[in-house]
Amino acid sequence: MTQLSHPLPAGTPAPNFTLWATPDQKLSLDELRGRLVVLVFYPADWSPVCGDQLALYNELHSDFHRLGADVIGISVDGVWCHTAFREERHLHFTLLSDFEPKGALASQYGVYREADGTTERALFVIDREGIIRWSYLSPVGVNPGADGILEALESLQHPAAAGSGSAP
Amino acid sequence: MSRLTVPVSKRDHLQGDPKAPLTLVEYGDYECPHCGRAYPIIKRVQARLGNRLCFVFRNFPLNEIHPHAEHAAESAESVSTHGGEKAFWAMHDMIFEHQRSLEDAALARLATEAGVDGKVVLSDLAASNFRDRVREDFMSGVHSGVNGTPTFFINGVRYDGPWDEADLVAELEETLVHLA
Repeated sequence: MTQLSHPLPAGTPAPNFTLWATPDQKLSLDELRGRLVVLVFYPADWSPVCGDQLALYNELHSDFHRLGADVIGISVDGVWCHTAFREERHLHFTLLSDFEPKGALASQYGVYREADGTTERALFVIDREGIIRWSYLSPVGVNPGADGILEALESLQHPAAAGSGSAP
Repeated sequence: MSRLTVPVSKRDHLQGDPKAPLTLVEYGDYECPHCGRAYPIIKRVQARLGNRLCFVFRNFPLNEIHPHAEHAAESAESVSTHGGEKAFWAMHDMIFEHQRSLEDAALARLATEAGVDGKVVLSDLAASNFRDRVREDFMSGVHSGVNGTPTFFINGVRYDGPWDEADLVAELEETLVHLA
């Protein structure tokens, strides 16, 4: 399989962004400083694998919350599409639209698929200071599950882990 | 390669010889249509592999999309506690055979049919007596890389291939060859 994407690795400052979260509200990464953040790039709302992947994170909503983490889904779908998808799937977390210019944020994180015009299926865990502490690129057709995210978040629960800069 | 983080033990619901050379663990959701489709397939796979296979069922209810999945799982656990493993498997089978009506009253009727007083199961559901038991299964699945339902593990390794009868039997028999 050709793998052209290079997701930003652990230790890299997470590029900031300001994207539409709802039809009348934007969200910036800066606003989440002091919290752990999980960025979930996925190819498209409504696709079978994406639906399963987000359904799993939805079930784990309270566990992520307990670990002090906010989960944010990102795709190139428009904000109205996200709104319908969130409502239909009862998603508890924010979905951001990397819509205009299309895929600009995904490109900054190294996870845009030029040929398809969608983002990769990629995960980033960002620490309280805005540094990427774990990243993972999954084959587009494979649901990466949540075990890697949980391990990364758990490793960031202890003060000793702060600043080590290594991926778990 | 994802592996089962919590090994099969006495706390599990299993069919067949726990010492069998092959162990197939399913993480399933009683309201999931794919698990419903897998249910008769697993039965046929068990029949074909006979005493070479031990089958284990663990709970992985996706409650946000399947509103009855949690109570279905808790009711099966309740039946297991009050009626034993034979009753559990009767309940497990009946739930998959009645996937379209899994509201509490229906679960209570199935429990009675499995040999446990439906009222006892209803009071367990009301008190969430088996919620933690179900959640333990769920979290063991999450930590093992379960990403949807059904997810299968063959001898502790997540199996990502197709799970039609022929595919599963072929994979299990190949695993057996590698063991030899």
